[in-house]
Amino acid sequence: MITVEDLVKDFGPKRAVNRVSFTVQRGEILGFLGPNGAGKSTTMRMITGFIPPTHGKVVVGGHDVNEAPIEAKRLIGYLPESAPCYSDMTVHGFLSFAAEMRGLHGSAREEAVRRVVGMCFLENVLHQSVDTLSKGYRHRTCLAQSIIHDPQVLVLDEPTDGLDPNQKHEIRQLLKRFGRDKAIIFSTHILEEVDAVCSRAIIIDRGQVVANGTPAELRARHELAGSVTLRVQAAAAETVRGRLSSLGTAGKVTVSTDSGTVLARIFPRDKTVNGDLARSVAELAGKEGWRFDELRTEEGRLDDVFRAITQPDTRRQGA
Amino acid sequence: MTSESLRNIWTITKRELVGYFNSPVAYVFIVIFLLMNGFFTFMLGNYFQRGEANLNSFFMWHPWLYLFLVPAAGMRLWSEERRVGTLELLLTMPISAWQAIIGKFLACWLFLALALALTFPVVLTTMYLGDPDLGSIVAGYVGSLLLAGAYLAVTVMTSAMTRNQVISFILSVVICFFLILAGWEPVTELMVRWAPDWLVTTVASFSVMPHFAQFQRGVLDFRDILFFGSVIGFCLFCTSVVLRGLRGA
Ligand SMILES: Nc1ncnc2c1ncn2[C@@H]1O[C@H](COP(=O)(O)OP(=O)(O)OP(=O)(O)O)[C@@H](O)[C@H]1O
Ligand SMILES: [Mg+2]
Repeated sequence: MITVEDLVKDFGPKRAVNRVSFTVQRGEILGFLGPNGAGKSTTMRMITGFIPPTHGKVVVGGHDVNEAPIEAKRLIGYLPESAPCYSDMTVHGFLSFAAEMRGLHGSAREEAVRRVVGMCFLENVLHQSVDTLSKGYRHRTCLAQSIIHDPQVLVLDEPTDGLDPNQKHEIRQLLKRFGRDKAIIFSTHILEEVDAVCSRAIIIDRGQVVANGTPAELRARHELAGSVTLRVQAAAAETVRGRLSSLGTAGKVTVSTDSGTVLARIFPRDKTVNGDLARSVAELAGKEGWRFDELRTEEGRLDDVFRAITQPDTRRQGA
Repeated sequence: MTSESLRNIWTITKRELVGYFNSPVAYVFIVIFLLMNGFFTFMLGNYFQRGEANLNSFFMWHPWLYLFLVPAAGMRLWSEERRVGTLELLLTMPISAWQAIIGKFLACWLFLALALALTFPVVLTTMYLGDPDLGSIVAGYVGSLLLAGAYLAVTVMTSAMTRNQVISFILSVVICFFLILAGWEPVTELMVRWAPDWLVTTVASFSVMPHFAQFQRGVLDFRDILFFGSVIGFCLFCTSVVLRGLRGA
């Protein structure tokens, strides 16, 4: 549905987006991650046709966004980063306006407004003026606007920003539901959201794509991913290490002692996250008669992966 | 122009109009417009002392009245969209920038037309006191509306240039002031003393004043209408260039 090819955006001498390419199919939810200023919003603005790219092209549903902007824009629902709304209107008036701009008139318009008001929980503020809304409600109003025409493509820039935990949950459920038959791109700084919602994630840093994969694949890039942690009581550290190293599935083994318990970390020989290693460790512990009170497989933490591949500002300046 | 683009234009026009009347600004504006019209016509224009059954003392002030009131009414049209960020919303909807520009222009122009229409008591007074030529009154109103449209187009252009309404206001007042002065008799008389004829006529040809004067005389000339039409067209075209430039930056 969305094809982004070799997208470049220069602001004066500054390159905000640098040769970004990816595709999003129908039924996919793509999470867009990256540190502040990485170029996420700029990329989304080019996908939605708000700013033209310096180089490269975007095709949405078969329409080139720069050559056939109207046809492409018809397919897209867009929530800009700041969730702007016309403040001199009521919520109902604003959503009706959005519906009419999307070619929905009369009863079709009322029906569409009713649908999104329900989905975004706006019943209470329907006739309130937009400029008196709280931040979260304003955000939801703008989100409602983006789905009013039931678009095939959704581009959402930080859709859960400023929402309370309940609303965050609701909106994630909504995204998942939409994800079945739409192509969705959304950016976020909340990494749990990636796990909860995305079928795929892209990490972008200083304008470039630095990682692209499923959340599980990204987690597997963690240095500890796939390793098994075992905590044994009243045993000699060296014996534990020796026995564990002799396991066929184990690679490197590290041990440390900590107030009478031995903490061992067993890395797999080949880096895959599955239960095999943990199972063989458990069998071994049973055979040896070790009393262990902890045994788990590390999945890798997304935020560590994120930190490792997007260099923090301090290091960047040192380099 | 397809019916769909007309529909889009009308949707935008409607939204702007609703926006005007949802805020007190519209009512304040209309009241000020009517009060100032009355003041200029009856106090400064010596409407009664003239003893003429025409509206010259009414229309003659419009270029000066509009000089401040039209930029005040139109300054927010684009600058507010830029400041709040709704521009991003508007320009990612399936419409062309042209439809948005025309829709906004029309909304404000209709609003000005409404304010102008509310001056009808002046016409009634004149009809009560004498026997005015209705044809020239109509011509006067048409000229006044076109003049407001030309100023408004200038304001639309300046408001697209900046996200600051005050700057947009000042810029458009300056440009409109030039459009008056270039052909205002006291100025052209000054210029004639030192400038060559061709220069005086070239500068004056940019002015709204000679064209507006024609309407006041009751003459509906195609060339005058064309003049205001081209000012409006040119300024709206510049607006589209400015908007494209903004996004290309
Ligand atoms: N209109 C503009 N003019 C100049 N530079 C710009 C403009 N818009 C964005 N930039 C620059 O482009 C870079 C990318 O900005 P962008 O807003 O895309 O980042 P982001 O990934 O969305 O960040 P955040 O997480 O803070 O939202 C930034 O360095 C920003 O300063
Ligand atoms: Mg952003």
